[in-house]
Amino acid sequence: MTQAPDPTLLWTIIIGLAVGSFALRFAFIGLMGGRTMPAWLMRHLRYTAVAIIPALVAPLVAWPTPTGGTPSLPHVAVAVAVFALGYLTRNVLIAMGAGACGFLLLFLFH
Amino acid sequence: MAITTTKSAFWKGFRDGAPFLLVSGPFGLLFGVLAAEAGLIVPEALVFSLSVFAGSAQFTALQLMQENTPTLIILVSALAVNLRVAMYSASLTPYLGEAPLWQRACAAYLTVDQSYALSIVQFENNPQMTLSQRLAYFFGTNGCVAPGWMAATFIGALLGAQVPDSWGLDFVLPLAFLAMVGPMLRTPAHVVACFAAVATALPATALPYNLGLIVAGMVGMMAGAQAELWIEQRKTGKDAA
Repeated sequence: MTQAPDPTLLWTIIIGLAVGSFALRFAFIGLMGGRTMPAWLMRHLRYTAVAIIPALVAPLVAWPTPTGGTPSLPHVAVAVAVFALGYLTRNVLIAMGAGACGFLLLFLFH
Repeated sequence: MAITTTKSAFWKGFRDGAPFLLVSGPFGLLFGVLAAEAGLIVPEALVFSLSVFAGSAQFTALQLMQENTPTLIILVSALAVNLRVAMYSASLTPYLGEAPLWQRACAAYLTVDQSYALSIVQFENNPQMTLSQRLAYFFGTNGCVAPGWMAATFIGALLGAQVPDSWGLDFVLPLAFLAMVGPMLRTPAHVVACFAAVATALPATALPYNLGLIVAGMVGMMAGAQAELWIEQRKTGKDAA
């Protein structure tokens, strides 16, 4: 277990995220009323999740924490397999099952 | 079953949302365990899940906190991950925008991937639904997901302290995210956004303060938006020809 985070930092993050997340969700339904959003903004918003989540994941796969950041082919292989299964089956549950199996293999043999 | 009353609308939403417990349950467990491993105590992890109620943003914040990232960058990155809920909110507005303010505030808090995905399909396919039926359906979809998420966080945080570091549990997070992203890539433009973000993210790790995440995310978004425009133009060009 790592050292506990500084309480001021932790609570700043929790409160900041709680307020920020709510503001994002409330912004349109609460304040915009029936007005529609500009098309260019909606077009960019459509790609936030599929851009930012892979951007977060890529370094964690390339330099995995469990190996201390040393690149590891088995970790990359499992990650690619989970991603490919999710993409091909369009099914989160199948992909998550594959992820659990892959993790078990890494745990047992790596 | 056809929706005839507000009550039946709620239970229809409840049944439609129930299978998503299989997703939000494991994610909540994982968040609880990783939060405990990061040194958070049970009440802290629980308040985190209860007040923020946005899994991917919570995981992002947790990960960046452990990498000694400046507070502002943590907040901006985690909220950027969650920008998609702003899009959900905008797209639900035509259906729920007429509700009283306090109900819209509750709906805003409960706007997550699952409730949005189920509700928008339901509302589009059943234009005869009344406002109160729509709201009831929307709240119903969260009937299992929201309590499941909280309970799973709690159990995960309780168990987490007993999981040894040697299990390498940190690697479950990227795997869980990958499992989630795969099915989200529904169009070629989604794929472009994803790979542009990955291609930028790897070299961008050289940037200080984990700024690389925001830069790569923005590059991915712009690439996706441009790809969408380009594909549309080609389509209309072909139709005209």
